[in-house]
Amino acid sequence: MSIGVLDSNNLNGGQKLAVKYFCVAVILFVAQILFGLISGLQFIMPDLFFNVLDFNVTRMVHINAMVVWLLMGFIGSVYWLLEDEAGVETVGLVLGNLAFWVLTAAVTVVVLVYLFVQVGPGDDFTRWFVNEGREYIEAPRWADIGIVVCILIFFYNAAATFMKGRWSGISGVLILDLVALAGIYLAGMFYTTNISVDQFWWWWVIHLWVEATWEVLVGCIMAWGLIKLLGVRRKIVTTWLYIEVALMFGSGILGLGHHYFWIGTPEYWLTIGGFFSALEPVPLVAMVVHSVYDSGVHKFKSANHPAMAWLIAHTFGNFFGAGVWGFMHTLPQINLYTHGTQWSASHGHLAFFGAYATIVIAVFYIAVQKWRGDVWMSGGLSGNGWKWKWSLGLLNMGVVGMTMALLISGYVQSFIERAIEGSTWSGYFAAQVHPWFVQGMNWRMIFGLLTAVGIVLLVWDLLTIGKGETRTRQEVPQDN
Amino acid sequence: MTSKWWANEEFWRKMAVWVTAGMLLVLIALTFDTIPKISVGSERVPAYSVINQRIDYVFNDERNFQVPVIGKEQLLFGKKLNEEEAEAMVTWGKKIIQGRNCINCHTLLGNGAYYAPDLTKAWLDPNWGNSNTREAMMVNFLMDPVTNYMNDSGRKMPNMNISKDEAKAIIAFLKWMSSIDTNGFPYNFKSIGQEG
Repeated sequence: MSIGVLDSNNLNGGQKLAVKYFCVAVILFVAQILFGLISGLQFIMPDLFFNVLDFNVTRMVHINAMVVWLLMGFIGSVYWLLEDEAGVETVGLVLGNLAFWVLTAAVTVVVLVYLFVQVGPGDDFTRWFVNEGREYIEAPRWADIGIVVCILIFFYNAAATFMKGRWSGISGVLILDLVALAGIYLAGMFYTTNISVDQFWWWWVIHLWVEATWEVLVGCIMAWGLIKLLGVRRKIVTTWLYIEVALMFGSGILGLGHHYFWIGTPEYWLTIGGFFSALEPVPLVAMVVHSVYDSGVHKFKSANHPAMAWLIAHTFGNFFGAGVWGFMHTLPQINLYTHGTQWSASHGHLAFFGAYATIVIAVFYIAVQKWRGDVWMSGGLSGNGWKWKWSLGLLNMGVVGMTMALLISGYVQSFIERAIEGSTWSGYFAAQVHPWFVQGMNWRMIFGLLTAVGIVLLVWDLLTIGKGETRTRQEVPQDN
Repeated sequence: MTSKWWANEEFWRKMAVWVTAGMLLVLIALTFDTIPKISVGSERVPAYSVINQRIDYVFNDERNFQVPVIGKEQLLFGKKLNEEEAEAMVTWGKKIIQGRNCINCHTLLGNGAYYAPDLTKAWLDPNWGNSNTREAMMVNFLMDPVTNYMNDSGRKMPNMNISKDEAKAIIAFLKWMSSIDTNGFPYNFKSIGQEG
């Protein structure tokens, strides 16, 4: 055990694999922001990379990099807590490592094809080997199959380890959630010409991942994180987790209906989708209460200040981004005007960042702490911890600023294009050239740059925090 | 420690299981009801051969929003297609739209990216002049969007190397898509003038 230096001897088997996933995740996170900057700039400078790297490519890389880095962050997080939670060594690590390399190679090939081949003719070859052309799941079919195989190996590692060791409330929820997560992906792996049926199943993947199984997955990570960082009693955390699962799936599964308003599906979805999706913020409120209460009870005394701060950012980000911003336009009476406008982009930015990026970053900090030999990461860090504080501030401010700017553009678009002009092509452009819309796009760019500075600092901090530190981790008393 | 039901771990564990299972069953039941209602040839999603006919988007007093109305014969590119031929053409159109990654600039049924106009009712858009000029303008635009762009935002559609036959297939898909009953989305749409 060495302290203050990155030494993989400080990690258990699962954790060694986890940090590999985290490294790739960070690289993809940087790529996400880079391509986000280009996409944002293309709104302001439409000639930028025209016919070379068009918006449909930059935006696709932007959103795909996000999905994959978060997924890799989640997979890494599970490997990270696996041995600790199960009490035994990870089962089948050789296979797990192989899956990591296969997945990483597949992602690299997919991105290179996105960038250098970009598009193809309207045949099956294009969908199998270039681009499926369906938002968020653009990855060609061969990669889909690769992803499923890797996820199954990951699932085997996790399930077999818990079966060999001990089960807990957290691991039980986690394993059942992973079954759903892997199974749902299959709903997106077929072709149909009928676009209504296409989008019906496409939403099973997108919604039931993002608004159901991912939420429960981060609930598990959060539960484990609160035990580790604050020393909260397991029984309380587990009870909360069950409550959240009940509320999350209770509202989120039928909340799927808010995507079935306008794709050809019957009118009863307006009622079902509107009602259940309006309830979706409830579990997120519960999470805020839960984490803030626990932090308060423990007087914010935690073993890892940056991780704790990011967990708090997660609860608020999840509540505002997914909860409030989703609720604002989830009722069909409002969504009729906001559907397919920058409103969705506004919600998407705050929700993905607030609900998911934050908690994965928290786990990055937990990982770095142990990787450096369980170093001190509470108060009184060198330089007063300015790097993590500034990156936390810049990233959050950047994303919140982009969210507000996009919301203003979204308002303009829904009023002018949707309500007044009647959603025609000329109506679309009438909104796009409106000074208020353009101002929103400019401000989005400014805050996007802030976000970019934030991630540079974050990467720098993750590479250096705890370097040369001689104090060991602050002990946190465990509740009885 | 506590015997109160609302703070009891076991109670909430059961709740989590039952609520999840219950909601999943309801979703499955609704899916069985919905899929036939959105199958091709249903009332809401017409058969592909609808591209042989005129399509309008008309306000319906009873439902209080616009709905697609299938009218008399209005052949696409002057050619009447049987069901099989129509399906082949619309299918090719959709595969081209996926292969060219259109959805990462445009929205279809409102889903996609927001860099370019929604395509849900593109077939009915007044941008194409009237029903006599529409087909030729759409083909020209798709084959050479850089020269034929129609907006003052500075944004242009890149040249996607679309052949004439490919353009026709895309248009067949767009015409068929405009006939789908989308519960009044997009709202307040002002359709192209059509003769007759």
